[in-house]
Amino acid sequence: MLRRTASTIAAATAAALVLASCSTDGSKPSADGKITLEVATFGDWGYAPYIEQWEAKHPDVTVEYETAGGGDDQREKLLNFLGQDSGLACVEALEVDWLGELKQFSDRFADLADPGLKDRWFDWKSEMATTDDGKVIGYGTDIGPQAVAYRADLFKAAGLPSDREAVAEYLGGANATWDRFYEVGAEFTAKSDAAWFESVQGAYTAMVNQVEYAYENEDGTRKDLAGSEVERIFRTVLQHGTEQKQSAGLTQWSSDWNASFKRNDTFAVVLAPSWMAGTIKGNAGEGFVGWDIANVFPGGGGNWGGSYLSVPAQCKHPEQAKDLAAYLTSPEVTLDQAVKNGGGTPSQVEAMNSPKLLPLTNPFFNNAPTGRIWADRAAAVEVVPFKGPNYKKVHDVVVAGLNRVDVDKSQSIDQSWAQVLSDLKSLN
Amino acid sequence: MPTRERRHPHRASKRRVTASGFDLRVSPYLYIAPFFILFFLFGLAPMFYTGWVALHEWHPIGGQGDFVGLANFTAVLGQGMFWKSVFNTLSIFVFTAAPQLIAAIFIAAVLDANLRAGTFWRMAVLLPYVAAPVAVAIIFSNLFGNQFGLVNNLLATVGLPQVQWTGSSIASHIAISTMVSFRWTGYNALILLAGMQAIPRDLYESASIDGANRVRRFFSVTIPMLRPTLIFVIITTTIGNLQIFDEARMFGGAGGNGPVGGADGQWKTITLYLWEVGWRQANLGRSAAIAWLLLLLIVLIGLINFLAVRRIASSENGGKR
Repeated sequence: MLRRTASTIAAATAAALVLASCSTDGSKPSADGKITLEVATFGDWGYAPYIEQWEAKHPDVTVEYETAGGGDDQREKLLNFLGQDSGLACVEALEVDWLGELKQFSDRFADLADPGLKDRWFDWKSEMATTDDGKVIGYGTDIGPQAVAYRADLFKAAGLPSDREAVAEYLGGANATWDRFYEVGAEFTAKSDAAWFESVQGAYTAMVNQVEYAYENEDGTRKDLAGSEVERIFRTVLQHGTEQKQSAGLTQWSSDWNASFKRNDTFAVVLAPSWMAGTIKGNAGEGFVGWDIANVFPGGGGNWGGSYLSVPAQCKHPEQAKDLAAYLTSPEVTLDQAVKNGGGTPSQVEAMNSPKLLPLTNPFFNNAPTGRIWADRAAAVEVVPFKGPNYKKVHDVVVAGLNRVDVDKSQSIDQSWAQVLSDLKSLN
Repeated sequence: MPTRERRHPHRASKRRVTASGFDLRVSPYLYIAPFFILFFLFGLAPMFYTGWVALHEWHPIGGQGDFVGLANFTAVLGQGMFWKSVFNTLSIFVFTAAPQLIAAIFIAAVLDANLRAGTFWRMAVLLPYVAAPVAVAIIFSNLFGNQFGLVNNLLATVGLPQVQWTGSSIASHIAISTMVSFRWTGYNALILLAGMQAIPRDLYESASIDGANRVRRFFSVTIPMLRPTLIFVIITTTIGNLQIFDEARMFGGAGGNGPVGGADGQWKTITLYLWEVGWRQANLGRSAAIAWLLLLLIVLIGLINFLAVRRIASSENGGKR
């Protein structure tokens, strides 16, 4: 029996090794002398046409585009293969929540610092990917300023204003607060069968992204979260979300969550970063009518996410990879993407200030002036939250705590928070 | 190879004797060598290296840190989540093994009857096994969606209350067991079928002559004669179930986002916990400790299996003679 186990393990390991050796190190010269670069993003970032453009200018390079997995998969992949010094694509996407974690191992990345590109991005965006000794491990792609995406039809049915200017005003306009947001939520849920927002997780993420030092101190060490701002937010969101039933109780990105957008009456509001506009449209389907976007955000502007492209040091063709990453994050490409997507928020100064961006509208969101809205929302962001080496690990534990109450309904707020604290203690 | 001389070495030249003697003594080892070389390289060596890792602080990227002795083991054993994962693994095993085995025996018995197009049915039974486990898990995760899944829709049509599949341990274990059983029942049925076909047909004939009906023949001839095959199936199922990963990893999945094995670890199996500690919490040392504890658990259960099998085998002999 033991031998069987062993042979199973042996066979599995052998198979894994064969597979691993089949997957390239991100670059391989082929028979005709061409080199192959791989670009890996979590989800399809729509790079295919721009990769073709770049290939046309570099006839000696073939580029393969991989779009598998979610952000957490991507992080696991990088943690694994950066350690092995092989197995990664030449251009790998990074997410801002765990950028600080990977910055500790900046020697595993090629230095992308380039004097010619110094002023391409907003300062805070490029600073996040720069180490203390000036090494740049990622080129910024986009940012994620948030607005309130809402269902105008459900608002109307519940007797709330449904026109996007009126909604923005009703939520408090430039002085919108979270108190007001939940107050309107209570008003809405009293008159509608639908929930107010889609998940506690979403609302929490929006709120915690407005805190400068949420989980860590300035030096990256972990904070004691008992009695912290994080605990206050945790309790606030859950009280409104579950006790007042303002949340639809879904896990973000789950099959239920995806399917809920096709329903007519699940929830009325998504606290949507610019990149989520595409998700809403994709999940609801092209023909779904009712969504709109209000140029407002509670608590003084918020930013969720935004990514980078990096070149792992293990890449055999760092020069070409760097050039490709620079091209994919150039203002021309990101602006073109924003135009195609009906609005967007590039992290490049030139793209964000382009006169082409402001007049954009998005037909799916009732022709909302998304160019103007996202630009205003980006300008409203006041806090750049610090995300150090422990941010993602702690965030995962807290979000699990939220979902125990919101989705699983297996614990009370107090029980769940107590478990968050004890889980955090056993984390390393 | 001249076989004549092999059979009569005394007639062969001295040189040949030595050569064939060498052949006889060494070649069996050469034949089995590939397995053992592979096993040492990919089985034993990684296993001991894992033990080495378990004694250190170890980051997936940063690599080896300080030597910490058995601290990783004590830390793991002291965590409620580890014991929860052990419970989950055993619970999923129980929910999977029993129904799966009964169904597999039943399917094998049906296939053993002289069906038309027998090969077709046998292939059909194996189809779920061919499907990639992750693909199966994605589809079943959709079926077992909490709010808009097909299973809950069906329950609602019949008037039963909806189940929060990702909410409680038991519900999630049932969902995962369904996926595992879906994949493995057919495979086990074929192995059992092979065992059934090896049963001498004259036993059935004499049983019929003695007046045993179909059901009686099944329980008094098929099942006892199937014992060795059954034992094999039970052991492989046990080991496979202790290592469940794909299905649990994908279940309740959020497209590569979100917690591993449930917000409260409702369906976090040992292998899943090992993965989470290693690559989510970036703590390979502790993860390696979990791997060793899992090995010990498998050895323990293997011993129990072995003893049980010996008992069954000896009582069988005693009963018959």
